[in-house]
Amino acid sequence: MSEQSLLCVGGVTKCYGDRIGCRDVSFELWPGEVLAVVGESGSGKTTLLNCISTRMMPTTGTVEYRMRDGSMRNLFEMGEAERRFLMRTDWGFVHQDPADGLRMTVSAGANVGERLMAVGDRHYGRIRQTATDWLGRVEIDEDRIDDQPRAFSGGMRQRLQIARNLVTGPRLVFMDEPTGGLDVSVQARLLDLVRGLVNDLGLAAIVVTHDLAVARLLSHHMMVMKDGQVIEHGLTDRVLDDPHEPYTQLLVSSILQV
Amino acid sequence: MKHQQDLATYNFAYLDEQTKRMIRRAILKAIAIPGYQVPFASREMPMPYGWGTGGVQVTASVLGPDDTLKVIDQGADDTTNAVSIRAFFQKVANVAVTTQTGKATIIQTRHRIPEEPLSENQVLVYQVPIPEPLRFLEPRETETRKMHALEEYGLMHVKLYEDIARNGHIATTYAYPVKVMGRYVMDPSPTPKFDNPKMHQCAALQLFGAGREKRIYAIPPYTQVVSLDFEDHPFEVQAFDEPCALCAASGVYLDEVVLDDRGGRMFVCSDTDFCEKRRESGHVGAMSGQSGETVQ
Amino acid sequence: MPTPLVVSEVAKSFTMHLRDGIRLPVVSNVTFALSAGECAVLGGPSGIGKSSILKMLYGNYSVDAGQVLVTHDGRTVDLASADPREVLTIRRDVIGYVSQFLRTVPRVAAVDVVAEPLLSQGIEQSEARRRAEKLLDQLNLPEKLWSLPPATFSGGEQQRVNIARGFITSHPVLLLDEPTASLDAANRAVVVELIRSKKATGTALLGIFHDSDVRDEVADRIIDVSTFRATLDAA
Repeated sequence: MSEQSLLCVGGVTKCYGDRIGCRDVSFELWPGEVLAVVGESGSGKTTLLNCISTRMMPTTGTVEYRMRDGSMRNLFEMGEAERRFLMRTDWGFVHQDPADGLRMTVSAGANVGERLMAVGDRHYGRIRQTATDWLGRVEIDEDRIDDQPRAFSGGMRQRLQIARNLVTGPRLVFMDEPTGGLDVSVQARLLDLVRGLVNDLGLAAIVVTHDLAVARLLSHHMMVMKDGQVIEHGLTDRVLDDPHEPYTQLLVSSILQV
Repeated sequence: MKHQQDLATYNFAYLDEQTKRMIRRAILKAIAIPGYQVPFASREMPMPYGWGTGGVQVTASVLGPDDTLKVIDQGADDTTNAVSIRAFFQKVANVAVTTQTGKATIIQTRHRIPEEPLSENQVLVYQVPIPEPLRFLEPRETETRKMHALEEYGLMHVKLYEDIARNGHIATTYAYPVKVMGRYVMDPSPTPKFDNPKMHQCAALQLFGAGREKRIYAIPPYTQVVSLDFEDHPFEVQAFDEPCALCAASGVYLDEVVLDDRGGRMFVCSDTDFCEKRRESGHVGAMSGQSGETVQ
Repeated sequence: MPTPLVVSEVAKSFTMHLRDGIRLPVVSNVTFALSAGECAVLGGPSGIGKSSILKMLYGNYSVDAGQVLVTHDGRTVDLASADPREVLTIRRDVIGYVSQFLRTVPRVAAVDVVAEPLLSQGIEQSEARRRAEKLLDQLNLPEKLWSLPPATFSGGEQQRVNIARGFITSHPVLLLDEPTASLDAANRAVVVELIRSKKATGTALLGIFHDSDVRDEVADRIIDVSTFRATLDAA
């Protein structure tokens, strides 16, 4: 593990008028680490994710990120051009609904290639080769490269969305309920794929999920959120096997045993 | 004169002076930022959207009593749209009109650039249906504006990528995106990509007006205009197998004319003025002298 | 050479919020040390907190009070108060753990499950696989199973994968939670042999063995957990 943290979140609070989206959330994320954020719907998970990923402006708080040159930068003091460039090169964002993260009327190959073209790659053959490689890595048949994601199953769409995000070799990926709408066997495949990619590429990730099994399989540490606040944060297996807060105990005891 | 009597009920060139002032300011801004789409308060014109209301407003704002106007539609001076717009300006501005490219000071065009090179004292006014080149891939106006502002043009290449993936080559043949002065990506209106090279370092001022979309943009004279492409799929213009059937011109843009219902066809210059001039000076094509009906 | 593991006055209780917040004390004042090359066994009747102690030493359970000291990167670290990141590196480099049950991961082959701890230490995949196969072979897992995910294996087969995963590394401290529970006599003997060779290389082992034969063969001493029994007012 590297000796410097990748992301440093300090006192992030987001208010919607009088309502609290999330309150005073602080944590650090290190390169290669996966953090799971769990909690029921409405607990502020997605608000937090949107604030950290700069898709939303927090009311107060700071989010600092270690740039590739090693400097630590406050994301909210960065210019929009630089922030957007960061988002499409060094970051990935995997939406729960792949339709939000994909261009549904553009072929799979172009979906994967878009980020390459956005950073100035102007060689069609090379872009297509890279897209082919990535489709293979996310287990989509090469001969589907010219099909639009509209013709893909839910699981394939989600895998395509992951490839589209990882093609520029990001160091940090945000995932919002990545297995949300998928049936169980498709979920298992996707989780294993994500787990493998995260390990192989040394990605850091923040995964928002309400599924504790997802958290256990993917994450190193986890935060439990309730009413906009982090009520428990620690090593994933410790939080799940030895939960302290009443709500966490309820959450863990509510898992259906198969 | 009948025209002058009618004129009394309108301001010169139909629009009131305040409106023309507003449009001229938009034009000046557009010239100052080549390729950038300047919003303007487009007026209702006495013709439907899609008939060139943007181009007509631009023309009305730059037109003076001493100007000579030419209007073309798909290269031709004698099609409905060209004839009506020409008649409109004769009626509301009483300006001289011409079909000859060289004699015009202002040329309003729908979908073509004349074959004859333009000069410094000419203005080319394009009628534009959809000014936003990113529109078909990104429907949100807020987002496309941001993309222009931050020069995020990867999406434009996604469109070209799709072309190659589907057809093996870049199959976009009109409204082919260009980058102006190395900065703004611009839709050259639905002109054939054949005309794109003519925009580059053109001596004439080029103005683009989109009435329904309320945008004006411009290419000042002698400006770099580059068609987007890939390193391994460079930009190419259309080539035609045969010269013009009437004037034998090659290296010009040709229209296909269907002659009968048995597959008979001919290819003729789309620029009617150019074709006529050549024929007058003695150029003879393979089918000249025959009228369409008699060709078997 | 420093003592590989020192446990000092460790206490643990559970608060059951779903049962009106009752507090269940488990152990208190747990104090012992492990020396290199010895195998200590936690003894006492079931339900007395043996597994809980192992889980605290692995960082899986939190510790209410006391210290769990290990040597990591040449310095003494208190596992009880270490942050998650440090606990993970200690697990990678210092403390190994063979749990009672294998937690299977979908689609990962048995041989890769076993090889994974070596990969995380930066060992080449081919070398890691080779060592994993050797160990699976030693534990008599049929070769045709190596490339299959263990989810569908029998209890004994899964347990052997689990043991191989725990024994493949050379962690200075190895915790064993009933590793032989579902094994037949032949495989129990293999495990005994593995434990002996770990001891010979200086690993400190701490185990729970309900099988008295195995316990007698490997144990250097018994730590009687009933002396750490917590009372409601303790800790």
